[in-house]
Amino acid sequence: MRKLLLLFVVLTTGVLFTARLFYLQVYDTSATTLSESNAVKEQFEIPQRGRIYDRNGKLLVSNQPSYDLMAIPREVVPFDTLALCKLLNITKGDLIKQLSKARKWSPRQPSPIVSTMSQEEYAYLGEQMRKYEGFFIQKRSLRDYQIDFGANFLGYIQEVHQGIIDREPYYKMGDLIGRQGVEQQYEELLRGVKGVTYLQKDRFNRVIGPYKDGALDQEPEEGKNIYLTIDSELQKYGEQLMVGKRGGIVAIEPATGEILALVAAPNYDPALLVGRERSINYTKLYNDSIAKPTFDRVLLGEYPPGSPFKALTSLIALQEDAISLSDKVYCNGGLRYGRNRNFGCHHHRSPVQLVTGIAYSCNAYFATAYRNTINKYDTPQEGIDNWNAHLKSFGLGDFLGYDIPIGRPGYIPDSKYYNRSYNYPQRRWGTMATVSNSIGQGEVSMTPIQMANFSAAIANRGWFYRPHILKKIQGQDTLPQQFEQKNYTTIDPEHFEPVIEGLNDVYNYGTATHLRIPDIEICGKTGTAENYTKINGKRVQLTDHSTFVAFAPKEDPKIVIAVFVENGYWGSRYGGRIASVMIEKYLKGEVTQKHLENWVLNHTLEDEYAKPLSGKPFSINDGKKIVGQFLLNQEQETTD
Amino acid sequence: MAGGSRSIGSFDWVIILLYLALITIGWINIYSASFDPSTEAFMSMDNLPFKQFVWIILGFVIIAFILFLDSKFFERFSSVIYIISLLSLLLLFVFGKTISGATSWYNLGFMSLQPSEFAKAATALALAKYLSDIQTNIKTLKDQIRALLIIALPALIIIPQPDPGSALVYAAFFFPLYREGLAASYLILGASAITLFVFTLLIGPLYVSLIVFLITVILFYRNRKRRPSKRIYIGIAVVAILFTFSVNYIFENVFEQRHRDRFNIVLGKEVDAKSIGYNTHQSEIAIGNGGWFGKGFLEGTQTKGKFVPEQHTDYIFATVGEEWGFLGSTVVIGLFILLILRIIQLSEKQKNDFSRIYGYSVAGILFIHFVVNVGMVLGILPTVGIPLPFFSYGGSGLWGFTILLFIFVKLDGNRVNEW
Repeated sequence: MRKLLLLFVVLTTGVLFTARLFYLQVYDTSATTLSESNAVKEQFEIPQRGRIYDRNGKLLVSNQPSYDLMAIPREVVPFDTLALCKLLNITKGDLIKQLSKARKWSPRQPSPIVSTMSQEEYAYLGEQMRKYEGFFIQKRSLRDYQIDFGANFLGYIQEVHQGIIDREPYYKMGDLIGRQGVEQQYEELLRGVKGVTYLQKDRFNRVIGPYKDGALDQEPEEGKNIYLTIDSELQKYGEQLMVGKRGGIVAIEPATGEILALVAAPNYDPALLVGRERSINYTKLYNDSIAKPTFDRVLLGEYPPGSPFKALTSLIALQEDAISLSDKVYCNGGLRYGRNRNFGCHHHRSPVQLVTGIAYSCNAYFATAYRNTINKYDTPQEGIDNWNAHLKSFGLGDFLGYDIPIGRPGYIPDSKYYNRSYNYPQRRWGTMATVSNSIGQGEVSMTPIQMANFSAAIANRGWFYRPHILKKIQGQDTLPQQFEQKNYTTIDPEHFEPVIEGLNDVYNYGTATHLRIPDIEICGKTGTAENYTKINGKRVQLTDHSTFVAFAPKEDPKIVIAVFVENGYWGSRYGGRIASVMIEKYLKGEVTQKHLENWVLNHTLEDEYAKPLSGKPFSINDGKKIVGQFLLNQEQETTD
Repeated sequence: MAGGSRSIGSFDWVIILLYLALITIGWINIYSASFDPSTEAFMSMDNLPFKQFVWIILGFVIIAFILFLDSKFFERFSSVIYIISLLSLLLLFVFGKTISGATSWYNLGFMSLQPSEFAKAATALALAKYLSDIQTNIKTLKDQIRALLIIALPALIIIPQPDPGSALVYAAFFFPLYREGLAASYLILGASAITLFVFTLLIGPLYVSLIVFLITVILFYRNRKRRPSKRIYIGIAVVAILFTFSVNYIFENVFEQRHRDRFNIVLGKEVDAKSIGYNTHQSEIAIGNGGWFGKGFLEGTQTKGKFVPEQHTDYIFATVGEEWGFLGSTVVIGLFILLILRIIQLSEKQKNDFSRIYGYSVAGILFIHFVVNVGMVLGILPTVGIPLPFFSYGGSGLWGFTILLFIFVKLDGNRVNEW
């Protein structure tokens, strides 16, 4: 018996120890991470970020070295704070704040204390650094902009925050990441891959050699250079034209879908968002809630397209066989329908057919074409849905799928929308309730880039490539697949010719005769979109937006352009002039129509934009109308 | 047949193979634990793995010598060996060399010798000799005290060196004493004392006294039909409560802070990974880092960084844990358990009391070293600095255990010839 007890004690011990080993080694995995952090040191080498070129190989964005002062809080030994503050040119409070923030994030991992110091600051500091244990200097590269435009599509780089680190473990505190524009879209290409060296430390935190003989180490992979589809000359010119105006210009090469220019106005110098001043400058730009320079109007602004939409109304009517080329529509200042209802139009020759209808932009004609298109079906619901499907095939009413990370879908209404808003079936609705759609008003809205895209589809006679800004990745021959695939519209190619004829006649005898450019056959369409804002909670009409779409040359088009100028009054006034000179600039390389160019350069709309903020009644549409009378009453009320 | 003319085939090959396995695995881990990539010459007496290799080879010489001696030699000369051993311990106070605070070594120039490592075998021989004497009856108090004296003498000399860890090992002789018929009440007494001790430290003397009181009352009422003596129950309860308070007093007033810290860390009352608990914390990290299969030979990050203090001596098992993982560590634990069980099994087969008692002493000594050392490295026992047999770096330790084990192998080998 006694022998058995001893055997039992020995065996029990063995089992107990094995259980404890199982707990420590297999069950509880916290030791693994702990050991990594106390025995293995990761040292990163951050590769040069890829450069950005334009379509002609002109360098737009390169890099400049920058230096971060990093600290590993656990390894910081007490030091002369004042001396370091003096070197860094920061206050003691800031230094202590940064250090405690770093400690809070991780006592073992390096955190930035002062980021993005310049070469000079670094040179000053470098000599002294070894006095401060636990601190070291991490070299990074910052953007060096060769141009002072294009901030809206280039984007910028910024330090990662905790949210990003949690989502993507690749990034560590103090790393830089692309935000907005191509910097964000092609972040992974541009940034390359960080190099990592793993080092074995001993218990005194000294490096005693490579970890696993460097088997896990990774060489840094340089960021790839990318070429944009942007023509920097055209872009620069576009931004000059847009000074003092709000809105945007989109230019696309229709045969490829390449974005030639993407002007958002007002814009800002991309160099503002580099280095230590980035955050301050960004806040300033962001807080400008009046001009909204950070609001990219060409990608985010959803506006009623106005008359350029008539080209689509025509195409759908032709495809649906709802109107023929020879059908005439009489316009006597508009289209009368129902009892005492009139769909107004401006003064022009009457009657009109399709081609002349486009050239004169006759509202009555397109209202008729639209009505016939919808009424071809038994119910307006079916008609609207069919119409909606045609428009969707032009990339409208949905995100366009271009390679810039922001965008809006715009809106193309369908039967569900009208059923809901008219409370169908309790109340019925008819085609004429939606007739504003025919001329690009009503419920239809789209972004300027969507306008450029549908124009490209017309220029191509029925298909388009998704617009994109990436032309070429260094060392790669192919683009992302979605940009190399043709998207066909639901309209048969033969219907495009008469519409294009009409768009061309806009310049020949229509609404844009004064915008002709010698030797270039331009097709285009003016647009004037009513718009409203709210002042003190009341709906107030503002001066109309000026919209314009155009492509040239008529045969084998090389450029499609969509211009949108907020409160520019009528289509050909700002939009048309800008479109003409941009087209000439791109196709000829120079501008001969100096009178158009000078007019645009010499006119600003700042006065117009200041009106709604004046607090007084103001005139819109060149004094044709005075709005905001209620402001006067309010003033009296307050003075009484 | 007498003397060295016997055939080698009668030695127990299981023990010899286990010994060789442990020595080999131990050496591999010493190599890893003391690996320094900057070392150029392997064959240098500055290179710990090479030194250990030399000790191992010399150990084989010692083995050969022991196996060559007449098996009766040990029984006959046990008293002499014991007395020489005691003297060697005493002379430390005059000629001893101090290493890390303990005057436990003789400086022989080329190496330091630690006599306490050999005193264990000597004490085992002396105890075996005494208990196997036909006149000794372990059930009598007089003989119990004498046996205790034989065991306690070397321990008492070792404690003030100071080396309480090595002295603790003498508790191992509970193994043979118990086997030879020491009353089980001592076992119960010991277990109760340890339980009271631990609980006093954990929850304080007041609560323990309360619990003791309750248990006494419950036991008394359950047995009341047998008309128990009130006096005995009250006596036991009072002694237990007094013990509790004295433990508390000793712990708070006699122990030094470092001793208190060690207990508190194991009991989980204190978590201090940086200073006091550093050893335990680091060894748990290293072992945990091993996972199922370990990081592999020379691949343990904690071992390489030498995060675990004394990792080539007392904490060598941390290296086993990190580089060979759960599987490797379990194999090592298995080898130790097998060795101890094999010794117990063979001891039972001895026809000669001396051999049996000696065998149980060997098993006890190996067992307590194994338990205290591995228990410490695994963080379930307080930090007590004693080596892991056959594993920890050090010539004295290695030879001490080799002598201890192979005297038994020799005695066992002779069993066949004794009729």
